[in-house]
Amino acid sequence: MSARLIPFAVFALLVVLFGVGIVWNEHHDASYVPSPLIGKPAPAFDLPMLDDASQRVRKHDLLGKPYLINVFASWCFACGDEHPVLMEYADRIGVPLIGYDYKDKPADAKAWLAQHGNPYAQVIADESGATAIDFGVYGAPETFLVDAAGVIRYKHIGPLTPQVIAQELEPAIKAAQDSTR
Amino acid sequence: MFCAITPAFAIDPLPFKDAAQRERFQHLTSQLRCMVCQNESLDASNADLARDLRHQIFEMMQQGKSDEQIKQYLVARYSDFVLYDPPLKASTMALWFAPPALVVVGGIVVFVLLRKRAKPAAQIAMNETGDDW
Repeated sequence: MSARLIPFAVFALLVVLFGVGIVWNEHHDASYVPSPLIGKPAPAFDLPMLDDASQRVRKHDLLGKPYLINVFASWCFACGDEHPVLMEYADRIGVPLIGYDYKDKPADAKAWLAQHGNPYAQVIADESGATAIDFGVYGAPETFLVDAAGVIRYKHIGPLTPQVIAQELEPAIKAAQDSTR
Repeated sequence: MFCAITPAFAIDPLPFKDAAQRERFQHLTSQLRCMVCQNESLDASNADLARDLRHQIFEMMQQGKSDEQIKQYLVARYSDFVLYDPPLKASTMALWFAPPALVVVGGIVVFVLLRKRAKPAAQIAMNETGDDW
């Protein structure tokens, strides 16, 4: 190859490199962070129930069958988008849906659920957000699938959509149920 | 919406023992990413979660935890992504070594090209000096 073609070849290489970068960024969310907790035991928690703060829910109370934890808050805009989807799917997914009220005033959360409907089997309240740090929560809504042994099997950050439920959540739930039997 | 440009540290004072502790805290939090505003450090972010994590880090410092222990605590929850400097491991080899490798390769290319170009010139120069001598 003639040495004169080298600059052109370098230029062509850069064009390809930047082109791949543009296409890649269109299909991947650079801000997406995979949870290091997947495949690890869910952190121990001991939180009051939203409806009755005198009652507490601990991690070992929920062991024995898979369940979903859905982190939401009345101040969380995207949770409003997700809410109708939860209302529609809560009874169909085959596992209890636990609401996790995140850094929220209990009165606000109760009013929000009264207004929009309550898709949750039960709701636990983490007003300070201290336990949510152990779950690596950084933006509601987030959804965790915990299996019968208390291990986190799947996590979704952002609103659940019918597509995400069909393509990711339901297969993950099925896998968690199968491994329990 | 959750992000602001001014360092949040100033409006959220923590009861440090002394200036050294404050400096250690600032040094540590400036190396950690705010997960909510991903282009901000924990030191600079006004996000609610960043404030909670600053308090948590402060608490851990009071308990005598080392910087390394505090970083591990955060990595276990939020993944390596919280660290502005990615750790050196198999999956980050390319990240760490590609840039210096490219500089070395580029340096070799430039060196070879310059030698090629310099040789004829040097020969001419030598010939000229030889003629003159």
